[in-house]
Amino acid sequence: MDAIILQILNGLDKGSAYALIALGLTLIFGTLGVVNFAHGALFMIGAFVAVTLNKVLALGFVDENAEATSVGGFSFGGAQETLYVEHWFGEAAGGWISDWSVPLAILFAIPIMIAVGFVMERGLIKHFYKRPHADQILVTFGLAIVLQEIIKYFYGANPIPTAAPDALRGAFDLGALIGFDPGTIIYPYWRLVYFFFAAVIITGVFAFLQFTTFGMVVRAGMADRETVGLLGIDIDKRFTLMFGLAAAVAGLAGVMYVPIAPPNYHMGMDFLVLSFVVVVVGGMGSLPGAVLAGFLLGILESFASMREVIDLVPGINQVIIYLVAVVILLTRPRGLMGRKGVMED
Amino acid sequence: MGLLEVKDVGKRFGGLQALSDVNLSVAEGTVHAIIGPNGAGKSTLLNCLVGKLIPDSGSVSFDGQSVLGRKPHEINQMGISRVFQTPEIFGDLTVLENMMIPCFAARDGAFELNAWGSMMGDREVVEKAEAELEEMRMADKRHMHAAAMSRGDKRRLEIGMCLAQRPKLLLLDEPTAGMARADTNNTIDLLKEIQENRGITIAIIEHDMHVVFSLAQRITVLAQGTPLVEDTPENIKGHPKVREAYLGESSGH
Amino acid sequence: MAVTDNQPTYAPKAQSAARAPGLTKRDWSLMILVVALVALAPILLNPFPTDSSLAQFNAGYPDLMQRFVIFGIFAVGFNILFGLTGYLSFGHAAFLGAGSFAGVWMFKLLGMNVLFAIVASVAVAGVFALIVGYVSLRRSGIYFSILTLAFAQMSFALAYSVLTPITGGETGLQLSKSDPRIFGEQVAADGNLPVTTLFGLDMRDSLIVDAGAWEFVFNAGYYVCAVALIIAFYVSIRIFRSPFGMMLRAVKSNQQRLNYTGLNPKPYMLATFVISGMYAGLAGGLMVSMDPLAGAERMQWTASGEVVLMTILGGAGTLIGPVLGAGLIKYFENIFSKINKGVLETWFSVFPDGLSDVLVTIVYPFVGKGWHLTLGIMFMLVVIFLPGGLVQGVQKAATVFRRDRNAPPVEGPAAERRAQAEDK
Repeated sequence: MDAIILQILNGLDKGSAYALIALGLTLIFGTLGVVNFAHGALFMIGAFVAVTLNKVLALGFVDENAEATSVGGFSFGGAQETLYVEHWFGEAAGGWISDWSVPLAILFAIPIMIAVGFVMERGLIKHFYKRPHADQILVTFGLAIVLQEIIKYFYGANPIPTAAPDALRGAFDLGALIGFDPGTIIYPYWRLVYFFFAAVIITGVFAFLQFTTFGMVVRAGMADRETVGLLGIDIDKRFTLMFGLAAAVAGLAGVMYVPIAPPNYHMGMDFLVLSFVVVVVGGMGSLPGAVLAGFLLGILESFASMREVIDLVPGINQVIIYLVAVVILLTRPRGLMGRKGVMED
Repeated sequence: MGLLEVKDVGKRFGGLQALSDVNLSVAEGTVHAIIGPNGAGKSTLLNCLVGKLIPDSGSVSFDGQSVLGRKPHEINQMGISRVFQTPEIFGDLTVLENMMIPCFAARDGAFELNAWGSMMGDREVVEKAEAELEEMRMADKRHMHAAAMSRGDKRRLEIGMCLAQRPKLLLLDEPTAGMARADTNNTIDLLKEIQENRGITIAIIEHDMHVVFSLAQRITVLAQGTPLVEDTPENIKGHPKVREAYLGESSGH
Repeated sequence: MAVTDNQPTYAPKAQSAARAPGLTKRDWSLMILVVALVALAPILLNPFPTDSSLAQFNAGYPDLMQRFVIFGIFAVGFNILFGLTGYLSFGHAAFLGAGSFAGVWMFKLLGMNVLFAIVASVAVAGVFALIVGYVSLRRSGIYFSILTLAFAQMSFALAYSVLTPITGGETGLQLSKSDPRIFGEQVAADGNLPVTTLFGLDMRDSLIVDAGAWEFVFNAGYYVCAVALIIAFYVSIRIFRSPFGMMLRAVKSNQQRLNYTGLNPKPYMLATFVISGMYAGLAGGLMVSMDPLAGAERMQWTASGEVVLMTILGGAGTLIGPVLGAGLIKYFENIFSKINKGVLETWFSVFPDGLSDVLVTIVYPFVGKGWHLTLGIMFMLVVIFLPGGLVQGVQKAATVFRRDRNAPPVEGPAAERRAQAEDK
């Protein structure tokens, strides 16, 4: 029992990332009808916003005013470096800021990602609405390459470890808290944070679509674009905003993922392929489907990595997600929760 | 016994009974129209005939053989050709190539792995396709890109492609939908000519009364998924039930 | 020179009745052009004297030319699927990888004759493509792309882990002195591993001709690959011009109509997928014939993406496009990755200091390790502005050039696609 719970928990963080990326993918597909292969790159950009902030906060200057202390003829500290952020905000607040750089990056990531999304949609994607899906895949695939190479140019090819805040580092005994033997379910704090973060974002997106007029129009547009257009509503403008929103969701997923796995330039592509599978399993254009499939596949993957399972079916952990995708695509063409008539061919 | 026999066909989509107890017999050599208001089940019926949908109950037989459970291309090979509401042609290909495909299919069947021969060197097929185009008076357009033609020409090509297969039954799904008056009249003339010259059996689904009454010898009126009445055009025109169910609504046309 | 149309040219009616040509005159001239280019490549690709500073732009050495030709075959095969039917496979590298493994196993089990490897790689890739295609072709459009992608990723993951006994896993599959090699020697006379041959002709053998300041290398391995490309290209033209090829274009254009014309698209698609997979297998077999080493990373989806890039860049649906695309990408990959900051500084040293620094800073991200950035940008530009690839670009330019001579309008695949989109 505790082993099962542990596997479910282990699947949650990856599942959360899949769900968040897939949510944006399917949102873009549902609203704009575009298959966006560059969506993984948005996730990556988000991650690198966090990396950048972390690096910026680590910038310092050599304090000229500090007296060089001399002990026994040896000179110390003449080149002592002070962080700008500590200089500006005082040592305590500054230290806190650089410690919490990853969560703080969210504040920067939101406007940056929305802007990136806008530029992408207005500058490129817009021109591909009427082109075949194959062309959309190709041009966004090209864009994904360009974005990842730009990141590679500035940040290099190696993963960049960036730590979570001190308070959230390490793990705790979740099992003991919920009544199992101590030491059976040890779970890192940050993964729990990530899961709750994802839950909040997902709830937020759904609430936004459900309870605002804007969301209502968008949902109506997803169901029947033409009719909404006939009502004299400028649906395109709203769809552009949706693209920004989807970009922001993917970006935030990336920001918070940084402490779980050090980001590198090809993380976007790695997640993209899996997220596409998630979207297809959930049903193209279905938001709840994307979330459900994201968590389901994350957890499934985690179960497939159990020693007992691997001993039974070698290599299953490597292919389980794809295998599920193949089976779902062949037996339930609409995916788990896809609507009739949405991209069935 | 008609060429096409539809017996007690029913089809349900979820909670919607799209067709129920449809009986229809299309006699050989006639033009039979199926009319009815929107949502009467005309398209569902048509899709059941060509194998795109499988009815829940009843039987459909063509030329004495059941079509149920066969795939569209198999049903086509039995001798049913279908003309679509919006012309379905091979837009990327030239007009001649468009015409060669049915000629090829008529000779070689559903699948022929001839990856070595030359299509344009296949004299038999090329000559047959040229002759068919001549017949449709489209020979001058044969090197044109099919997608670049006018809608009327596309329709003409599509009908020509269907006829090139020498079908026993030609199914037309609202062939003049969305057409201007002049194009509609051209299409009517074309179909009349085909009927007179070839004596082919035609089943036509149509919304436009003008087209129906200019062409049909028998008319079946479909309403709410079930046939209301079947008769000659003259009798249909005066039929009170039909006026009520259908003509009353569309008298504004 | 517009030798690159994707439409057959029609002889006037009377003539077409008189003769039954397999290939049109234009096809033959294209064929002859390809044969000439491929045969003379060691000379044509070495235009700069060996000692000149421009010699770094030469591409006429065996290793690189082999890559041109092998990837050309891969792209020609991919184009038969994507160019004719419009089905975008994102998993073709899996067949190339499977072919490579099959090839190396032939070297290990049977002997060092490349014929063993080539035959086995084509056969294995064909069978593998039959299985993957049978399942993937049950869906079309983007779902087909994702299914092929899923299969390729599964193959890659398995080849990397569980299948290590067959694939060599992380280290790749290599020859060893203890391999059985029933029809050959386990260890060469010099005590090293034996080398790949074609009936005794060493694939590494080269005829080096010094012609004044130039040096030309005619490599046996290259010419084996070249013959394979010529055959592969000829087969591809035949397919394009055959009834089968026309049916494939019909599949791309309108499957519905094809169905209602009594034709079954499924077997056509499956046959195409298998043929295209066999081309990939051939490329894989040739790769290991040149260098008997196969790794799982050849199956990764980025490798599949590469052949997509080549085909689109050159011109999908055209005959020569994929070959050009493969050649260009491999050539520039080679050149660009050689350029470093030092080289740039030498180039721009003719400009004043400040300007040269600026130029170096601007250009540097796009060369050397930044080659993929340039490739990505090039690819995007082509997809946006020239969906018919470079071939369409050449045709367009030719049309503009000949406008006053009543040239026919450009009828590349893109133009068709657009016309069709407007139609719908």
